[in-house]
Amino acid sequence: MQFSESWLREWVNPDIDTDTLVAQLTMAGLEVDSVSAAAQDFSGVIIAEVQGVEAHPDADKLRVCQVFNGTEVHQVVCGATNVAAGQKIAYATVGAVLGKDFKIKKARLRGVESFGMICSAEELGLAEQSDGIMVLPADAEPGTDIRKFLSLDDTLIEVDLTPNRGDCLSIAGIAREVGVLNNIPVSSPVIEDVPAQINETFPIALQNPEHCPRYLGRVLRNINQNVTSPRWLQERLRRSGIKSIDPVVDVTNLVLMELGQPMHAFDYEKLDGGINVRLAQNKEKLTLLDGKEVELNQDTLLIADANKSLAIAGVMGGLDSSVQAYTRHIFLESAFFTPQCIAGVARSYGLQTDAAHRFERGVDFDLPRRAMERATALLLDIVGGEAGPVIEAVQSLPEARTVSLRAERISRILGISMSADQVEAILTGLGLVLIGKDADSWTFSVPSWRFDIAIEEDLVEELARIFGYDNLPVTEPLSRFSLKPQVEAKVGLPAIRERLTALGYQEVITYSFVDKKLELLLGADEEQLLPLANPISQDMSVMRTSLWPGLLATLQYNHHRQQNRVRIFESGLVFSNINNEIEQKPKVASILWGSQFPEQWGEQGASVDFFNMKGDLESLLGLTLEQNSFAFVADSHPSLQPGQTARIDRDGKTIGWIGALSLQAQQHIDINGKVYLMELDLESVGGARLPVYQELSRFPSVRRDLAVIVDVVQEVGEIQAAIREKAGELLSGSVIFDVYQGQNIEKTKKSLAIGLTFQHPSRTLTDEEINAIINNCIKVLEAQFNAELRM
Amino acid sequence: MENLDALTSDALQAIEQAQDIPGLEQLRVQYLGKKGSLTDLLKGLGKLDSSERPQAGASINAAKGKVQDALEARKLTLSAEAAASQQIAEAVDVTLPGRRQSAGGLHPVTRTLQRIESIFTSAGFDVVQGPEIEDDYHNFEALNIPAHHPARAMHDTFYFDSGLLLRTHTSTVQVRVMEKGEAPFRFICPGRVYRCDSDLTHTPMFHQVEGMLVDENATMADLKGLLVEFLQVFFEADLDVRFRPSYFPFTEPSAEMDVQCVSCKGEGCRVCSQTGWLEVGGCGMVHPNVLRSSNVDPEKYTGFAFGMGVDRLAMLRYQINDLRLLFDNDLRFLRQFSEGQGI
Repeated sequence: MQFSESWLREWVNPDIDTDTLVAQLTMAGLEVDSVSAAAQDFSGVIIAEVQGVEAHPDADKLRVCQVFNGTEVHQVVCGATNVAAGQKIAYATVGAVLGKDFKIKKARLRGVESFGMICSAEELGLAEQSDGIMVLPADAEPGTDIRKFLSLDDTLIEVDLTPNRGDCLSIAGIAREVGVLNNIPVSSPVIEDVPAQINETFPIALQNPEHCPRYLGRVLRNINQNVTSPRWLQERLRRSGIKSIDPVVDVTNLVLMELGQPMHAFDYEKLDGGINVRLAQNKEKLTLLDGKEVELNQDTLLIADANKSLAIAGVMGGLDSSVQAYTRHIFLESAFFTPQCIAGVARSYGLQTDAAHRFERGVDFDLPRRAMERATALLLDIVGGEAGPVIEAVQSLPEARTVSLRAERISRILGISMSADQVEAILTGLGLVLIGKDADSWTFSVPSWRFDIAIEEDLVEELARIFGYDNLPVTEPLSRFSLKPQVEAKVGLPAIRERLTALGYQEVITYSFVDKKLELLLGADEEQLLPLANPISQDMSVMRTSLWPGLLATLQYNHHRQQNRVRIFESGLVFSNINNEIEQKPKVASILWGSQFPEQWGEQGASVDFFNMKGDLESLLGLTLEQNSFAFVADSHPSLQPGQTARIDRDGKTIGWIGALSLQAQQHIDINGKVYLMELDLESVGGARLPVYQELSRFPSVRRDLAVIVDVVQEVGEIQAAIREKAGELLSGSVIFDVYQGQNIEKTKKSLAIGLTFQHPSRTLTDEEINAIINNCIKVLEAQFNAELRM
Repeated sequence: MENLDALTSDALQAIEQAQDIPGLEQLRVQYLGKKGSLTDLLKGLGKLDSSERPQAGASINAAKGKVQDALEARKLTLSAEAAASQQIAEAVDVTLPGRRQSAGGLHPVTRTLQRIESIFTSAGFDVVQGPEIEDDYHNFEALNIPAHHPARAMHDTFYFDSGLLLRTHTSTVQVRVMEKGEAPFRFICPGRVYRCDSDLTHTPMFHQVEGMLVDENATMADLKGLLVEFLQVFFEADLDVRFRPSYFPFTEPSAEMDVQCVSCKGEGCRVCSQTGWLEVGGCGMVHPNVLRSSNVDPEKYTGFAFGMGVDRLAMLRYQINDLRLLFDNDLRFLRQFSEGQGI
C-alpha cells in the first residue's frame, strides 16, 4: 500500500524526519518497500493569472497570453486550447527547471516573444497525460510557488504489509501504529452524521449473516455527475497510487484509503425490490465491472436484488448495476463480509481487487457506518443531491474476543520481563481494552479491527513489536551437553561426494523437474511419471525419475559452450508413481564424456570408455570395504546401449546401472563421442563394513602368470570367480593384465593373461604347493571354459 | 725394492687416469688385491734379511697407503662426476604442467550447505531430511496455514493432480520431526524447495535450511543470540544483525532477519539496494498450535524456528551476482569453486 506522508501527518505528526519515520515503520513490522518524491523535481513554477488571451498572428494553434505573476505581467505564447482569461494557472517562469535538461528560456515563437510557459499537469509530472493546461482553483494566489500551493514537497511511502495486518491498509491504521510507536495521540478527521434529506429507504435482507453480518445502504438522489473530482481529491488518490475515475468512484476510493472500508455504489435505478445478500445459485452468471462474464460458484457470496445478482460481495461489482455517466441516483453500500467468506474468492475468479485484498485480511466490523457518513458528506459536497437515511441490516456480528496474558509468559517467550505499566500502555495504545487484571496477569478485549489477535502469544508479539525487537536482549541458548550416536560403518553422502570429487567429478545441481520428452527418450515408463499440474514450462513439466536427464542436459549445455570433457555428478531425490504410491528415492549419478585426462603434453588424449566409468565406480563402491558384495551383471536398460550396459547388484538386489548412453539418446542430444553414465541407489550403497585388521604375512609372496585362450564372449568375471574358488585361501591376489584379440588368435577367441599371487600367513610356500594349485586351476579352466593354455 | 717407487708412481698415475668406477676397481685389484703387485712385494719380504725387513715392510705399507688413499680420492671424484652427468641427463623442465586427472569439486550451494551444517552440528544440532513431494497437511495445515489463508498466496505452489505438492519451504520437516520424536528438539533441515516463480531473482527450485530448537527455556533472546552468532561465524565478520517484526503463521512472534551488507558493511551499495541491509531469512517463536499439532505441550516447552535461503547466502559469500548461474551448471563457473581459474 502506498500513501502520502503529509496525509499521514494530518492524522499523527511525530517530531521525526522522514527517514526516521520510515525506519520506525519497518522496524514495527510494516516494511517500507520504497520511498519516493510526490512530484518530480522542478523549480521556478508559480501561480499566475491569465489576464488576456489573443490569437497568434502567424499560427492558428498558438495563443498569446498575458499572465500576471502577482507583481508584473508577462507575455507567454501557449499552445493549449483550454487557456482562457481569468484562469489561475501554473506558470513556469524564465529560468524555471522542469526536468533534467528542460530549462525555460526566453523564446520567440513564430515571431512573437514568449517569457515562460503555462504548464499542464503532465509537464509537472502530476498526471500521466493531460488535455491542455492545468487550471487551478480561483482562490489560488498569483506569485505563490506551485510546489507549496499543491504541497508537492511530499513523500510517497509504500509499505509491504504482511497478511495479518489488514488493519494497517489505511491511513487510519498506519496512523494508529505511528501514534503508539511515538506515544502521541492520533487525531482523525471529525466525521459527523449526515442527516437524511429525503425519506427514501431500500430493503436489505441478509440471507447468510454468517458471511455478511452487517450491511449498510443509503440512497442518494439527484446527483450531478457533470463535475470532476476536486484537485485535492485527485491528488490524494494519485499519491495513493489510485487513478481518478469519476467523483463517485473517487470518493469511495478515498474512504477506502483513509479509513480502510471498501464501499460500492450501485445505479439505484437498476435495482429491483431490495438488496438480498445471499450465496450464488448453481451456474448463476454475472458480468463484472471489467466486462468479463463469470459463472459463479455456489459458495460465492453475492449482492443481489429481488431478481438478479448485482455484485460478488467484497470483490467486484457487476457491470449492469454500475454507476455510469448518466446515473442520477445511487445506492451506496458499506458492509462487513467475513474474511473466511472472502478468502480465496477473488483468486478463484482470477481477480485481484483492493476490496477483496482488505476483506480477506479482515475489515473492522464496526467501521461501515463511519465510512458511510464520511462518503455521504464528501459526495454531497462534490456531486450534490439528497441523501436518504442510513439503512442497516445486522445479524450475528462477531463477538469481541478477550485474551489473557500472564506476566510469566512474557519472560518465557521474550527473555525479558516488562513492567505492568509498560504492558498496559502498549496494548491499550493499540486499541485493546483492559477488562481485568490481577497480580500477574491481564485480560484484554481485542478491538474490532485486529483480526490477528486471538491468543496470548499474539499479545506477546505486540509487546515485542512495539518495545522493539532490536531492544530485546541477545543471549546464548542453554545447551544440553550430550553426544550423538555416530555410526561409522556406513557410507554417507559426504563420503561419496568426497570420493567422486577426488576422482575428478564436478558436482552439479539441476532442477528436479525435467523435460517429459527426455524422460521418455531415456525409457521412463509414462505410467510412473509425475507431471506437475502447473509447470513453469514444458521442459520442466515432469518430476525426474532418474538423475540422468538433468546430467545429460548439463552435458549438452556445456558442450554448447565449447567444453570438450565433462565429468559431473549429482545427488538428490528421484520421483516415481508406483501404483499411485509416490516413491522419493535418493540417488547419486555421474556422467563421463571426452578424453580420459585433460589435454596435456605427455598424454595421448584417448577417449573414455566403459572401463573408465567402471573403474571410478569400483573406487566409489570400495568405500564400503565390501566390494565383493557388488556384482556387475550384463543386462539391458532403455537409457543405455546394449552390449555396454551392466546392472549393479548388491547381495542379489539391483542397486544401480552403468553403461554407455543409448545411440538413440546420443543422437537426440547431438554429441560426438561416447557418453558413459552410472546411477546408484544411495541408501543401498550406504551399508559398509567397519575395517578389521588382518594379520600381515612376514613371508614372501609368489606370483605366477597364466595365459589362456577362451571364447571371445566368455565373461572374464566367471573365470576369475572359478580361479578364486579353486585356488583357495592361499591366493592373495589376482589381476587381469592382458586381454588380447587379433593376430595369431582365432577370430572367435581371445587371449587372457592372469597374474596370480600366493602367500601363506606363517611360512614360505614351496614350488610344489603352488604348482599343484596352478594345475588345479588350469584343469578347471579347461573343463569349465574350454580354455586352452597358451605357452 | 728398487722398483717400489716406480711401481707406486705407476699406480698413482693409473689411478689418476682411471675414467670410471669399474676401471678404478680393476686398478685396486691390480695393485692391492690378493695377487696385486704391492701385495706381492709384501709377500717377498720373507726373502729379505731380517735386519732389512722392518724398513722394507714399512716402505711397502706406506706405498700401499698412498695407493689406497689415491683410490679413495679418485673414487669420490668419479662418483661425483657420474652423479653430475646423471643429473644433467635426467633434468626436467619444472615449468611444464603436471600429469593428472582434472580436479572435481562441490557445487557452491553444497559447499555453503556443508558450512552451515558444520556450524550447527558443532552446537549440537542434528541434520535431518524430509520428502520433497509433500501433502497439504505438512506444508500448510500443520503449520497453521489453513486453506484460503492469505499466506498461501505468498507461496506459489507447484501441485500435482492428486493434490500433493512440492514443498514450498523446509518448514515441513519441523512437523515431521516433532511428530516422530520427543522434546527437546534441536535440529536443522537443509534441502530443496520449490515455488512456481521464475525471473531474474527467482528460480523455481532453490535451497533453504530450516532450524528448530524446542526446549523448556528457549526464548526469543536465545533465538537472536543463536542467529547473530551464526551469521557472524558464517561470514567470518563482525556484522550487525537486525530483527524486524514479520508474519509467518507458524511462528508468533515472527521476525525477518537482516544482516549488515557484507559487501559495503552497511554503507549502502548495489548488492543491498542502498539499504545497507540484506534480508537473509525468517524466524520466530514456534506457534503453540504447531507445537500442539505435533503433540508437544506448549505450556512446558517453548521453541524457536528459523529458515534461511541457502542460495542467497552462497551468493553473498562468494559474490555471485546472478542467481541463475547456480543452476546453469556452467563448468567454467563451477570450476571456480574447485580448482580456481586455470591459466
